[in-house]
Amino acid sequence: MRRLLGWLPAAVVALLVLSALFPFYWAAVASLTPEARLFERPSLIPAEAVSDHYRALFDERDFWVPIRNSLLVAGTTTLLCVPVGAVCAYALARLQFRGKSAILAFILAVTMFPQISIVSPLYLLLRSLGLINTYPGLVLPYLTFAMPLTVWLLVGFFRQLPRSLEEAALMDGASRLRTFWEIVLPLAWPGLATTAIITFIYCWNEFLFALSFTLGPERQTVPVAIALFRGQYQVPWGQILAAAVLATAPVAILVLLFQRRIVSGLTAGAVKG
Amino acid sequence: MPDRDTHHSAPVGAERSEARLAWAFVLPALSAVLLIAIFPLAWTVWESLHLHDLRMPWRGRPFVGLDNYAEALGSPRFWGALGHTAFFTLSTVALEVLFGLILALALRRAFRGRGLIRTAVLLPWAIPTVVTALLWGFLFDSRAGIVNAVAIDAGVMDAERPLVWFNSAVWAWVPVILADVWKMTPFVTLLLLAGLQNVDETLYEAARMDGAGPWQQFVHVTLPQLRPALLVTLIFRTLDGFRVFDLIYVMTHGGPGTATEPVALYAFDALFDHLRFGYGSALSVIIFVATFLLALVYLRVLGAGLTGRPE
Amino acid sequence: MAAIRLDKVEKVYPNGHVAARGLDLEAADGEFLVLVGPSGCGKSTALRLVAGLETPTRGRVLIGGRDVTALPPQERDLAMVFQNYALYPHKTVRQNLEFGLLMRKTSAPVIAERVARVAASLGIDAYLDRKPGQLSGGQRQRVALGRAIVREPQAFLLDEPLSNLDARLRVETRAELARLHRRLGATMLYVTHDQEEAMTLGNRVAVLRDGRLEQVAPPMEIYRRPANRFVAGFMGSPSMNFLPCTLRDGGGAARLESPWFTLSLEGGVTATPTREVTLGVRAQDVRLGAAGEGDAAGRVEVVQPLGSELLVHLALTGGEEAPVVAVVPAEAAVRVEQEVGLRFERDRLHLFDARDEARIELASPPRPDGA
Repeated sequence: MRRLLGWLPAAVVALLVLSALFPFYWAAVASLTPEARLFERPSLIPAEAVSDHYRALFDERDFWVPIRNSLLVAGTTTLLCVPVGAVCAYALARLQFRGKSAILAFILAVTMFPQISIVSPLYLLLRSLGLINTYPGLVLPYLTFAMPLTVWLLVGFFRQLPRSLEEAALMDGASRLRTFWEIVLPLAWPGLATTAIITFIYCWNEFLFALSFTLGPERQTVPVAIALFRGQYQVPWGQILAAAVLATAPVAILVLLFQRRIVSGLTAGAVKG
Repeated sequence: MPDRDTHHSAPVGAERSEARLAWAFVLPALSAVLLIAIFPLAWTVWESLHLHDLRMPWRGRPFVGLDNYAEALGSPRFWGALGHTAFFTLSTVALEVLFGLILALALRRAFRGRGLIRTAVLLPWAIPTVVTALLWGFLFDSRAGIVNAVAIDAGVMDAERPLVWFNSAVWAWVPVILADVWKMTPFVTLLLLAGLQNVDETLYEAARMDGAGPWQQFVHVTLPQLRPALLVTLIFRTLDGFRVFDLIYVMTHGGPGTATEPVALYAFDALFDHLRFGYGSALSVIIFVATFLLALVYLRVLGAGLTGRPE
Repeated sequence: MAAIRLDKVEKVYPNGHVAARGLDLEAADGEFLVLVGPSGCGKSTALRLVAGLETPTRGRVLIGGRDVTALPPQERDLAMVFQNYALYPHKTVRQNLEFGLLMRKTSAPVIAERVARVAASLGIDAYLDRKPGQLSGGQRQRVALGRAIVREPQAFLLDEPLSNLDARLRVETRAELARLHRRLGATMLYVTHDQEEAMTLGNRVAVLRDGRLEQVAPPMEIYRRPANRFVAGFMGSPSMNFLPCTLRDGGGAARLESPWFTLSLEGGVTATPTREVTLGVRAQDVRLGAAGEGDAAGRVEVVQPLGSELLVHLALTGGEEAPVVAVVPAEAAVRVEQEVGLRFERDRLHLFDARDEARIELASPPRPDGA
């Protein structure tokens, strides 16, 4: 009995990995299956693999465009939020001033905002500024969730740095600003990178704002583009899944390269508070 | 006797300049958030008190007080949406915490291939919800989907009349809930695992010496230590469940009909399909208030742990 | 070098915790002052108040006679050695040493000269281009010291700098620190929880408890004439023996009465005729002899050999048993369960008021009375 129980964790883990990866595998297989075969009895190992769907994505649907849009919007938002969020987070984590816990609680509260609650005024605002269906028209709304997110993640990271290093710098005669720039930032580099990655992922995946604030394929991001593939004749599963695979690729690469950092970033802020 | 008025250090030159620097650091992020999040929120509230139908601009934007709210509260579709949201949230949170706990307990011991496991576990969380919706939509497709293929092979389903999951008001929930559980259980597992790893191993050893079996160890050592992580998980997952939009928009668009429509989708439809900005805003405000209240309740239970105090 | 003074300093945290109460402390120019006490006594707080890393709720901090209470740590020109060394991990040893001088805009040639000199004197010049992560604990400790010395500050603040070292290294480094102090003639404020360290290093020792200064005096005075029962029990190892007695003043001659013995005090004390007191006597001042002799009777319970000495745990008999610890030479013939006679060294007795624990001065050494 004990022997059996000993195998249990390993079995659970195997089950976990398989169930996590199976839908991807299945989608990848389907994306390589010729259109005609798609609705036949599905098999685990494809009989033949074709790249029809992928080619169609780029030839017929210009899938480069949504990819470009997503990269630009997610990249710009991340590049804006991380520096601004970092200084804010450092002040909240290490500096003493009145109102600090109120601001921290406020920022945490904003991360819990339902996006739907601010979609309409943002729409009207962007419309009056002529920013509907533009890049700034997406980056601006993205700041609403990306900024609190970066601040919250970075507060967790900064808190983990040993205080005595900053105190040593102060004793050495460095100003608070100098200490932040020369001592804290170089050491917080892993935390900054992780925050950038997580922020980028959130922006890349965002759907509601992208759906509401873009009008056509020229500015739509990847999630919106894929979601709107339907509504044609029959559901083009081959192309949809090919697009899904492509949409997953950059995220998958980031996760593969940085999985340890991502996990520590997410859990540091959440559990240790 | 310490002077009761000077609980905090009297502001000294050094502290004042530090506070100044701190405010300089905080202001950019804070003002961005205030401008782009709070200001629109206030606007939504204001908007919800007006009649604002973009399809009928000639009607202007008259103030109608709480009429929109009255309409919402009197609308069966609204209550239906609320019920759907509650059902979705409860089911997904319960399943995710249950599975997450089991997985976290199983993953606790040091494992080879940790990196692979972490990647596998993170991938569902990291991809766009849209992709999740599409993947699971495909799995449950009545003709091309593997679920039906397996069911037919197992003899549970008739090959001539396969179940069209997304056409059934009841069965459509299965892929929806499964998709969310698949996507978010890894995240829950990670949070709980982090909480578990904070548990002192020696506590288990002491319990074993005292004669406690595995179940008792779980109840008396693991669970109490897990409490903070569990509560954090519950907050986040409940609030996320309440705000669900992407998944259902893409998988069922609230269908069939409005059978799987959550409140966020109902508000979205009112805003962008019917262009009724006043009414949609009222719905949005209701969602916000509900979220806010939920968060408050949870934070009360957790205490100051989340906002944290400086060490 | 400068004198450091805490003037009626109080530190109360927002959560109500009082870390320092009415602290009046002064380290003279060039003095090595040790702050010692149990954990939570406020010694680190006192150090951090001097450093400027904390600000007092009340009171002033003076350095070299100047009120620096409003000055941030950057401007106080003090050097601090942290318990965990706090070396900048991403900088080389050389850069660590240079950092403070760079902040003060010292010229490059002066920096180079000082760094080279200090590194050589501490024996770390071979590691100048390594990073702290590549050094051992002892080496890192020396770099931390070097970083402070190179700055030539007004005073040094050391926060338990030796507690992360293993025992042997600790003793060696202690001697080095003492030598360093003599060489530099520096004002040093040193915090430790180890009373032995306090005794061996300090020109003067300040004993703190619960944020209050209990006594500040040269080590031998603290040892010989502790101001109260707490100081007596905290300093010295093993801990002092305490026995409750009654002091009776009977017309010119005072007597110390207890269930286990009666001692006569020549000259008496200034006191009311009868008073509850605590007699304190160090283990090293308890002599063991044959049963029936000496001031009191006792029974040996545990004998712990320490190499050159024996640590003997006894129980005083003659009433409710009271524990007494004695330190005797290793050759003494002491066995468990043996009945012995105890004698207390006359000029090494301490008396403390049972109520307020304050030291009671004796006019002259007490004399034994017949048992």
